[in-house]
Amino acid sequence: MGVIPILIAWPALAAVVLPLVRSRKARAAVVYAAAAGMMLLAAVLLAAWLSAGKQTLFLAPESIYTNYLDLAMLAGEFVLMGLIIALSIRHRKYPVILLSAGQTLLVAWSEIFHPVEKTTHMRVDGLAMLLCIIAAFVGGFICIYAVGYMKAYHEHHKEYKDRGGFFFSMLFLFLAAMFGLVLSENLVWMYFFWEVTSVVSFLLIGYTRTEEAVHNSFRALWMNLLGGFGFAIAIVYSAATGGTVQLTDVVTSGAAIPVVLLAFAALTKSAQMPFSSWLLGAMVAPTPSSALLHSATMVKAGVYLLIRLAPALAGTLGGMMVAFIGGFTFIVASMMAIAQNDGKKVLAFSTISNLGLIVACAGIGVEETVWAAVLLMIFHSVAKSMLFQAVGSIENSLGTRDIEAMHGLLLRLPRLTYIMGIGIAGMYLAPFGMLISKWVALKSFVDADNYLLVLFLAYGSATTMLYWTKWLSKLISLHHTKEPVTDRTHQDQYLSMFVHAGATLLLCLVFPWVSSRIVDPIVRTLFGASHEVLSMNVLTTMAIMLVSVLFVPTLMFILTRTTHRDYVPIYMGGANVGDNTYFVNSYGEPEHLYLSNWYMRFEFGMRRLMRPSVIVSAGTLVVMLCMVIGGAL
Amino acid sequence: MQAVSVILYLLLAPLAGALLDGLDRRLSARMQGRQGPPFLQPFYDIAKLFSKQMLAVNSVQMFLLLSYLIFLAVAGSLLFAGEDILMCLFMLSTADMFLVMAASSDSSPFSTLGAGREMIQIMAYEPMTLLLAVGFYLATGSFQVADIVRQPVSAVVTMPGFLLGLMFIMAIKLRKSPFDLSTSHHAHQEIVKGLTTEMAGPTLAVMNIAEYYEMTLMLGLVALFFVNENPISWPLALVACLAVYVLELVWDNVSARVKWRTLLDGCWVVTLLTGGLNGLILMLIR
Repeated sequence: MGVIPILIAWPALAAVVLPLVRSRKARAAVVYAAAAGMMLLAAVLLAAWLSAGKQTLFLAPESIYTNYLDLAMLAGEFVLMGLIIALSIRHRKYPVILLSAGQTLLVAWSEIFHPVEKTTHMRVDGLAMLLCIIAAFVGGFICIYAVGYMKAYHEHHKEYKDRGGFFFSMLFLFLAAMFGLVLSENLVWMYFFWEVTSVVSFLLIGYTRTEEAVHNSFRALWMNLLGGFGFAIAIVYSAATGGTVQLTDVVTSGAAIPVVLLAFAALTKSAQMPFSSWLLGAMVAPTPSSALLHSATMVKAGVYLLIRLAPALAGTLGGMMVAFIGGFTFIVASMMAIAQNDGKKVLAFSTISNLGLIVACAGIGVEETVWAAVLLMIFHSVAKSMLFQAVGSIENSLGTRDIEAMHGLLLRLPRLTYIMGIGIAGMYLAPFGMLISKWVALKSFVDADNYLLVLFLAYGSATTMLYWTKWLSKLISLHHTKEPVTDRTHQDQYLSMFVHAGATLLLCLVFPWVSSRIVDPIVRTLFGASHEVLSMNVLTTMAIMLVSVLFVPTLMFILTRTTHRDYVPIYMGGANVGDNTYFVNSYGEPEHLYLSNWYMRFEFGMRRLMRPSVIVSAGTLVVMLCMVIGGAL
Repeated sequence: MQAVSVILYLLLAPLAGALLDGLDRRLSARMQGRQGPPFLQPFYDIAKLFSKQMLAVNSVQMFLLLSYLIFLAVAGSLLFAGEDILMCLFMLSTADMFLVMAASSDSSPFSTLGAGREMIQIMAYEPMTLLLAVGFYLATGSFQVADIVRQPVSAVVTMPGFLLGLMFIMAIKLRKSPFDLSTSHHAHQEIVKGLTTEMAGPTLAVMNIAEYYEMTLMLGLVALFFVNENPISWPLALVACLAVYVLELVWDNVSARVKWRTLLDGCWVVTLLTGGLNGLILMLIR
């Protein structure tokens, strides 16, 4: 287990080295080496953990070294606070200072004047291991993707200053913090890494330094700091009343106040309503950082904490609050996604919506829902990372990420379109992972007697279907345009995307294995016992569906490819000029055919839905927080 | 037993669908004071379509449509094999997605418009189908069709609301007025033939056969409300299916096509009031 400090230190070291490397070529080499090293270290950790018997291992007991580390982290928190204060003053965002200083001083005060004995600091178990693997591999490949992407990005956007070294440094620092976060058992350590992710995401969002970027980055910062404040109070309260700052103790004791405050922190981090706007604003940053925030890190840190808290949330008022917020977010985010024509915005809404489902599952907190939550998390991180990368590459080639501009992309950028197609199919089609999780979630919502969530899921599935299908049908339209498009995607980007696409398909193929070998043991660790969530019978059904979905279209493609057919032009109302793109209008002149998707902005637009959703969710959150805290005091 | 019913479904569903379609045309005609075509007209139509020249606007439409057909057949097989009803319904929406893609692949104005409307239709009916599965689970304690049909009392007794909701959204699946937005059985519409505009000859025949499979699947869902462990319930269920179909037919003939907004609002609200309320009651009394 000695590899853990190295695993955290390695990307952190890369983060220090990268800004110092000036040449682009050398920087690319460093990124490859750092990413490869990170994956290797994670694999070594996995091997060590497997050979140690796949148990929950508590590490780093209180010693002179951990005391030094405690001090170093405290110093680090003050550095972060100083940084936030300096930037807030420079950009005149003074309220942020209060949030940052408040929580840092609170934790420092508790640490110094009311020290609590910390039995252990780190912990490795199935869930932490899974998150490490996701962060190392998905995150590592995103960094590799970024090598090619940033080159094309700065060729395309000459107006922004190239701060590539800083950008890569932040990506790796993010991953280091993520490793630290999931491996920490002690809440104070976890809080430190939690704050690092908040600040790093703030810096990444502000990368371009435009007015919009700065504005959005501060929004992300204050929302995450608000969550961090909840986290800090949870630590102090738990130390003062329970005399413990161990996550496991908090979960087993089920103390309502710390649990609900930690859950609140997790809700902000996973961008649930009413805090969703920070993740939408994060779209201004270059795509690799969006991919990282959405798939492997940031938002996953929130759901990770909620899954950890799930046993303590089950059947409580706090759990009900989390489940409601999650289910509500699932449906409203999927509705708002319908009205978006910006590819990245759709992906952002879909992330928020999917996380909502995971959060709802964690809030119900029984074995089945946690099973579904973990499975959703796995599929979502791989598929979403791939989708972001594909949209980023398409944007670099087309010069826009407007879905309307992707009409007939299959003929123009076939490779990227196939990757998009796999990603979209993975996000909602039968029988890919998301759908199986939805199936289990629906069943367990009924079993948990939460009818509201059943309704949310039923209607939310329908709206989810719409926004993905219309995107997919846009891509697949066989429309020949005369505008030439060159694929500007670099080899680094394809490498990463192909690996992701392969992983998505593989995950679907080996799904029963993933369920029994990865997800079931995690559920068992969290709940002490677990029965099989999916019976063999269902697995067989699933296998039939999988075979049909993967092989029927292939078979049909091969069968129909050889049939003889006579091609005719499409019917266009006016006379078809002959190339299916122009028709003769009533003045006898050729008119270009333009086909647009449905967006239903008046019904599902952000302008119509965002404010009411924020009011409803914020109201519920405040009322239920008061009820939980008031009830426990 | 499972295999037999699946094979029977695969073989008989298109025949049953076509016969029902024949009856449908005849009855519709009588309601409108016409003579109507012979009963076996759908069979003649399909035979003729298959004999026609293979005209296509692109190379993928046929393959997407065939996938649509196969997925519908798989969804129906799941139902008739007594498997999980939720999986069957998920499969149904996957199948629909292939139809949407087949229509969009043409990049033709009318079929793209039809595909867009088809997506709205899917969005309108999907909550009901998912709630329907939940309703069966609440009423019988299982998602397995095999368990549902072996109940002592027919499901319709405890879930009449769901049946009403299903009948409401079935107009979408049967492509009947007032919900035949994406394409309709009648010619001369503002969007030509909607999503089937670019389908001709054998392609259109495949589309028709797929529709027959879908029709049988939907009526299978209706039957699920009536069958119980008593064998007498089976012919009763058959009669109920016919009755529901005739009701849809009457509705088709007395109503005009609505706008998409009315369709969406109507279906969602009706779903909430029928299935949603019925499900809530079932959950409270269980």
